[in-house]
Amino acid sequence: MQSHDVLILGAGLAGMRAALAATEEGVDVAVVSKVHPVRSHSGAAQGGINAALTDRGDDWKDHAYDTIKGSDFLGDQDAIEIMCREAGEEVIAMEHMGAIFNRDEEGKLGTRSFGGQRQARTFFVADFTGQALLHVLYEQIIKAGVRVYEEWFVVSLIMEDGKCSGAVLMEISSGHIEVARAKSVILATGGLGRVFEPSTNALICTGDGMGLAYRVGAPLMDMEMVQYHPTTLKGSGALLSEAARGEGAYLLNSKGERFMLEYAPEFKELASRDVVSRCEQTEINAGRGIDGCVLLDVRHLGEKLINERLGQIRELGIDFANVDMVTDPVPVRPGMHYIMGGVKADVDGLTPVPGLYAAGEVACVSVHGGNRLGANSLLDTLVFGRRSGRHAAEASKHMSHTNINDSYANAVKIQLESLLDNPKGETFGQLRTDLGATMNQHLAVYRNETGMKEALAKIGEIKQRYKSVYVPDKTKIFNTNLMFTIEMNFMIDCAETIAISAIDRTESRGAHTREDMPERDDENWLKHILISKDGDQHKLSYKDIVITNWEPTVRQY
Amino acid sequence: MEVKFSIRRYDPESSNAVSHFQEYQLDLNDSSTVLDGLIEIREEIDGTLSLRCSCRSAICGSCAMRINGQAGLACNTKVIDVLPKDGSPIIVEPAGNLPLIKDLIVDFAPFWSKVNAVDPWLKPEGEEPEEEYLAPNEDMLHLAGVMSCIMCGACVSDCTVLAVDENFLGPAALAKAYRFVGDPRDDDDDNRLKMLNGNNGIWDCTRCMQCVEVCPKGVDPMGRIMALRDKAMTAGYNNTNGARHAKAFSDSVKHSGWLDELQLPIKSFGIFNIKAMIGLIPLGIRAQLNGKRPPIFHKSIPGADKVRKIFDKVENKI
Repeated sequence: MQSHDVLILGAGLAGMRAALAATEEGVDVAVVSKVHPVRSHSGAAQGGINAALTDRGDDWKDHAYDTIKGSDFLGDQDAIEIMCREAGEEVIAMEHMGAIFNRDEEGKLGTRSFGGQRQARTFFVADFTGQALLHVLYEQIIKAGVRVYEEWFVVSLIMEDGKCSGAVLMEISSGHIEVARAKSVILATGGLGRVFEPSTNALICTGDGMGLAYRVGAPLMDMEMVQYHPTTLKGSGALLSEAARGEGAYLLNSKGERFMLEYAPEFKELASRDVVSRCEQTEINAGRGIDGCVLLDVRHLGEKLINERLGQIRELGIDFANVDMVTDPVPVRPGMHYIMGGVKADVDGLTPVPGLYAAGEVACVSVHGGNRLGANSLLDTLVFGRRSGRHAAEASKHMSHTNINDSYANAVKIQLESLLDNPKGETFGQLRTDLGATMNQHLAVYRNETGMKEALAKIGEIKQRYKSVYVPDKTKIFNTNLMFTIEMNFMIDCAETIAISAIDRTESRGAHTREDMPERDDENWLKHILISKDGDQHKLSYKDIVITNWEPTVRQY
Repeated sequence: MEVKFSIRRYDPESSNAVSHFQEYQLDLNDSSTVLDGLIEIREEIDGTLSLRCSCRSAICGSCAMRINGQAGLACNTKVIDVLPKDGSPIIVEPAGNLPLIKDLIVDFAPFWSKVNAVDPWLKPEGEEPEEEYLAPNEDMLHLAGVMSCIMCGACVSDCTVLAVDENFLGPAALAKAYRFVGDPRDDDDDNRLKMLNGNNGIWDCTRCMQCVEVCPKGVDPMGRIMALRDKAMTAGYNNTNGARHAKAFSDSVKHSGWLDELQLPIKSFGIFNIKAMIGLIPLGIRAQLNGKRPPIFHKSIPGADKVRKIFDKVENKI
């Protein structure tokens, strides 16, 4: 059995930021990750990170309001205030650690424009900001000597004496099962994109943290809020950063019209993501698309700027769609990108389950509400990663370990052996394909009751099929098939909570747009939906949103 | 289109654990990548195939492997670009120069220990400013070219020096080192260059270009190693075989317009390095026997004075 004061699950930006903050508090910290830290999906974030720096003439309150409006007034304003107030400090801290960032003429950090915001307040490194920040945090982890369980998979959380007391881990390179005891556990496992097919998310984004937390009784909040990014590449579905539109790209329909001028006269292509995705889908549905896509046009920006600031996405277009955006517009369509919902957490990352914290995409604080603004997710990971790490470390100083032993490992071993004993039959791959297609058909940009109920029924069927899922690989060393099969179970939980929450929200708000209920209903729905496990069933509860300064108004861009 | 993949398989747990090729038949389209093919095999044909992959967008660095003998990312290698014309299969093998674990998975521990050996974190001097450090945008953009390294290990896989000397720090770690030496905010250049100038460091690269060729992100590791050499020599670290070799090389060409190959090894190793001098004797004999001995008396070529002028011009410009 391993033992640590603070055990952090996940080594993306939130996890590593939490690890650094906890280490600074002088406690024993370990990070567990199913991939090497620099392979984490935070690295795929392209466009940048938002912060309102006062010496640039910006104000965190403006950033907060843009975020609140972006959330379609579902975000909790107290949490949003904290995130926006602490943003500058966090960006500067990253710069001091070594992040490079593009600069202005004076050598200070430069900004670009991003969607749904009235100010250019997005700090960036070309179009690979996430990767640049991820690598810098990894450097700091190495420097601080933080213990990393690299390529270890979390199978379950351990509950003892009513608190989360550690996790059962599997070392992927050996198949060895190990108990890791901890005074505080921080979930920083990222999102669940693979529940949808296609998705911009990496293959590792399988909702593990949400599944783990859900099973120990933690409520998931805002799960119906799934972001479809307006510019994912035709074919592969790879992400083309909002930075393209931030730098001035146009969206065109089949007639060559900049349709956003009509839908969002003020913000145009830089309206918030839910709005742009909806407009694109409307154009496509009305027959003004091209092969299920619209066009992203950056030709007028010129090759020099494209290479300097959008080089990676130019490569993506060439590699994955045979289109060079310097000479031709690129076909794009809305694609599943992010989940605003997640494990309910407060502004210090604490979930309603004692000892269990959550930060980053796995968590729902809720700072993104119904729709996340571009470049607010990196900020979310850093601010709430740091706050969780600090709080968990501080709390662990006043706690002793719960008395647990290796029996938890034995239980997992038996469970896995039984899974491996399932007779030959359907493997996880078919289940995942079916699940992804169902979600993408019925819980996408436009939803309706009939479709969502159909999806829920299909998820139930997949859940049944999972009980006899077959694992063809029987080896111990790098049995990736076994790991994917365990992940599949987390994904089914995630899908189910998304569908149930979406059916329950009888209005249209943010990314949740219902054809059968197109209006926002502030009278009844200025509240979050929380879903938690109740035996084999689930139960729903509600929490009013927190309004501090900004009353909900009509949302126009 | 019908495509055949021939994949090198290795199961460390099998009773006769030797690697072998296994062939798979797939139906892929024009835009399919090698990774699409591998995932299809893994999910639909043979669930025992193990490989690392994640983002599918050439940013996480998980899926570097050898495709038709050359390292690259499976996720940004299109099948149509590597499909042999004669109908033979695409050969997929694990990355080279790292210990094999299973199928297409190699052990990255040696890779990371070398990266960690270059102190891969910023070391600024003095008190932290309240705001950001000021730095010219051009410097940052230049560094962005190195920072875009995704640590996939393609360069390490195909490094011809690592193939014969596993102690070489290698292209990825050295490029990472350059990222700090080249950073105007870093204040530890002297120690960094001293370390890089030592054994297994910058002078062990043979400039074969292989790392530049296979890097999927245009990081140009060899170019960074050459820049580190420049910086090390400028900083006064001239007392290595490599630095002396570089100096003897340029001195000779500057002086006579061409290379004095007889003097080059003597000047590189140092005439008083008796062991090295003795070690050169067999080479000398082989050269003599094969008619490749350089002339004993090295004479200037016609127009050598013009070569000198070029040198003067370039050196004065610097």
